[in-house]
Amino acid sequence: MTKIIIPENNDQVLEAVQWALGDKAQLDVRGQGSKLGLGRPTQADHILDISGLSGITDYQPSELFITANAGTPLKDIYAALNEQNQQLMFEPPDYGSLLGGMSDQGTLGGLVACNIAGPRRVKAGSARDSCIGFHAISGRGELFKSGGKVVKNVTGFDLSKLITGSYGTLAVMTEATLKVLPSPENTRTVLICWENGSISDKLGNQAMKEALVSTNEVSGAAHLPAKIAARSDVEYVKSTGCAITAVRVEGPAPSTAYRCAALKAIFSKYGDVEELHTKKSKKLWKEIADVSYMAANQNSAVWRLSVPPTEGANVVRRILENCEADVMYDWAGGLVWLQANETDYASQDSVRQSVAKVGGHATLVRASDELRASANVFQPLGSYMAGITKRVKDGFDPEGILNPGRMYKGI
Amino acid sequence: MLMPKPNGATIAKRDEIICALQSIVSDECVITDEEELRAYDCDGLMAYKQIPLIVVLPETTAEVSKILKYCHENDVKIVPRGSGTGLSGGALPLADGITLGLGKFNKVLDTDFDNRCVVTQPGVTNLAITHAVQHKGFYYAPDPSSQIACSIGGNIAENSGGVHSLKYGLTTNNVMGVELVLMNGEIIRLGGKHLDSQGYDLLGVITGSEGLLGVITEVTVRILTAPETAKAVLLGFDTSEQAGDCVAAVISAGIIPGGMEMMDTFAIQAAEEFVNAGYPLDVEALLIIELDGPDVEVEYLIERVSKIAKDTGAIHIKISQSEEERMVFWSGRKAAFPAVGRLSPDYICMDGTIPRGKLSEVLSGMSKLSKKYDLRVANVFHAGDGNLHPLILFDANNPGEFERAENFGSDILRLCVSVGGVLTGEHGVGIEKRDLMGEMFTEDDMKQQQRLKCAFDPNHLLNPGKVYPTLHRCAELGRIHVHKGGVKFPNLPRF
Repeated sequence: MTKIIIPENNDQVLEAVQWALGDKAQLDVRGQGSKLGLGRPTQADHILDISGLSGITDYQPSELFITANAGTPLKDIYAALNEQNQQLMFEPPDYGSLLGGMSDQGTLGGLVACNIAGPRRVKAGSARDSCIGFHAISGRGELFKSGGKVVKNVTGFDLSKLITGSYGTLAVMTEATLKVLPSPENTRTVLICWENGSISDKLGNQAMKEALVSTNEVSGAAHLPAKIAARSDVEYVKSTGCAITAVRVEGPAPSTAYRCAALKAIFSKYGDVEELHTKKSKKLWKEIADVSYMAANQNSAVWRLSVPPTEGANVVRRILENCEADVMYDWAGGLVWLQANETDYASQDSVRQSVAKVGGHATLVRASDELRASANVFQPLGSYMAGITKRVKDGFDPEGILNPGRMYKGI
Repeated sequence: MLMPKPNGATIAKRDEIICALQSIVSDECVITDEEELRAYDCDGLMAYKQIPLIVVLPETTAEVSKILKYCHENDVKIVPRGSGTGLSGGALPLADGITLGLGKFNKVLDTDFDNRCVVTQPGVTNLAITHAVQHKGFYYAPDPSSQIACSIGGNIAENSGGVHSLKYGLTTNNVMGVELVLMNGEIIRLGGKHLDSQGYDLLGVITGSEGLLGVITEVTVRILTAPETAKAVLLGFDTSEQAGDCVAAVISAGIIPGGMEMMDTFAIQAAEEFVNAGYPLDVEALLIIELDGPDVEVEYLIERVSKIAKDTGAIHIKISQSEEERMVFWSGRKAAFPAVGRLSPDYICMDGTIPRGKLSEVLSGMSKLSKKYDLRVANVFHAGDGNLHPLILFDANNPGEFERAENFGSDILRLCVSVGGVLTGEHGVGIEKRDLMGEMFTEDDMKQQQRLKCAFDPNHLLNPGKVYPTLHRCAELGRIHVHKGGVKFPNLPRF
């Protein structure tokens, strides 16, 4: 019978894993379960719910880090950081509504385990760049740690990187330390409104590239084709009927004003150029981060493609030759979101092959449990990569008791 | 420092190994002559020397793959080497091991400005990457002080830092992809021109793995557009506490400077005598804070930083008025090591990281240790990210003084760990800090790290004797200790 184990402290997590190891029982390791829709569905004997391990244990704003138990709700983390005018630099997205659940859920452990990042990825890196230390219990039933609380640290292998994005398949994280940075004083967004509603995505990608290679320290660059822009809740973006390219700058007020003007000058050749200030700007980038434009119609499949930025539009063009889909671009074209009405095996192959051709990978983010269980959710690995992946897994969880199959079959 | 006992059987079949290598690479790429081998007998940690069994200098990935496969199958140890500038002995040769030099991998392969990255071979120097892209206003951000000589492959192996890492990150935050040859000869690619690599973040663990996991044969790094302008402000304080307060106050004000460097009295005086940078000599601590970005931002922030400095007690405040003056401010800091070196026959450079707020505690602890060991110490400090570089002065001609300096250094690192810091911020563990790993990690911590090693190199043939004080056999590490036997774990809440 499936048990739900909710440990209240690290010793109990240790006991639970040791017990599972002894019984050769598999564990579905989760926090609040807000990202269970990511990856393949795990078929485990029992649920190990670590949301009871909650609380910020060490937050020193002037040291630029925060340490918290893995089950700490993200909203508690954000509240503490807000109070000190600081933030997680990788702009964690909230996929709650995209995945058909509630917003404002999730734990620190889940965020780190899934290694997701929002639009600021182009400037500030991902969760893996912010995670500088952790404590965990391996699938061998042993407590171990890696990293520390200082950013500059090369003592031993950087297991913090490995644990970030491992979807709980290597160890049960009990505590994580993330670096934090001051929130920017000011945020501004420059919008290009492409008058011709049917402009090619290629032009949007071109404009984003020009922004990124300028000296304006862009911290977000997204392109919303007209159909997607119409789904925005930001009045201007929604109402023009145009495709919209959005480029963000953050920093001290005089600096953002200056950079905003410089970007407008670059973009004036493309059409109407508009500016969004702090509040509306934040709203727009939250929509983009959360991919809220694709939250409706939960039966449709959603793909996430990570490709070289200049290839974004090319890859999409090739994919659309074989299937119908809505698309949007983040990360200056390097992150493509694709919403397709149906995903059969043939269209999956088309997506994977188009992406592999340019060097990148595709993730089936939203699809039925049945499809996610039977298909590859992540880009399949070549034989050497599959081999080293399995050997790494075996070093941490030799009996395969932690989140079995969540990433790949057998991993 | 004890290295693993050389394997006599390997040494005995040296000729056979040479033949095998000559069948893989051209003859002139296999170095066997003792005089020529001597050029490889140490890296930047020159206190330790060892002539390698053989040096091989492959020219292609296929050759590297064949060499590793041969070593894997014939149980021969191998030590990868870039430019040999590392400061922790990571490339120290082994008497029974082949040193595999990547110096012939010296070409920049692709400058892709549109995707803001450069694809290069690993033997290319750090600075050469910037040289390849600066005509279009780009640069490669991590700037270790050896950047003119150190190779990008070595930077990845060590996860090198530099003075700008607070704002622009370490090597690990600027590497996008590698081609890696595994010990069994398999060639894999991790990451690339896209932003997120897939699956387990093996790129993240390769970076900083000190040549223990594989050999890098190609690299993709991110390049940035050079900031419009940069200005520095030179600040002098009566006490290091005040300087530390200033650093904390700048960060608390939400400002992340491009660089934030501190020097103590000894380092200031040595540098000033050496290069005449115009440093004040009546202060206990000197701070150089550099702001970079658009002109308007730099002007705005430098004013705020100057005000913060005044409020925290700076008695000297000087803002660079020209690019030349900014370079002069930096000249003393950049020459600090040789400047201090001039005052002493020998010195060793330590490398620990501490929480910024513990600076004055650590400095006073260090001056106590200085008295105890009767050796002088000068301090330069990447204040922005808490990375300390104490320079311990000694004379190797005095019997016992080198050992005393090493023990002093070890005590400094123990002090760093005891205040919540770490053993090494950017130089790596290598052999230098290997035996101190237990100060930071438990036996279980280190065993788990070594299990990662086993996934890549099950026979411990790649760079053995480095980083980890005890080499556990992988078979032993793989054993699972099951806590079975009727224990019902009564404390577990179950639902």
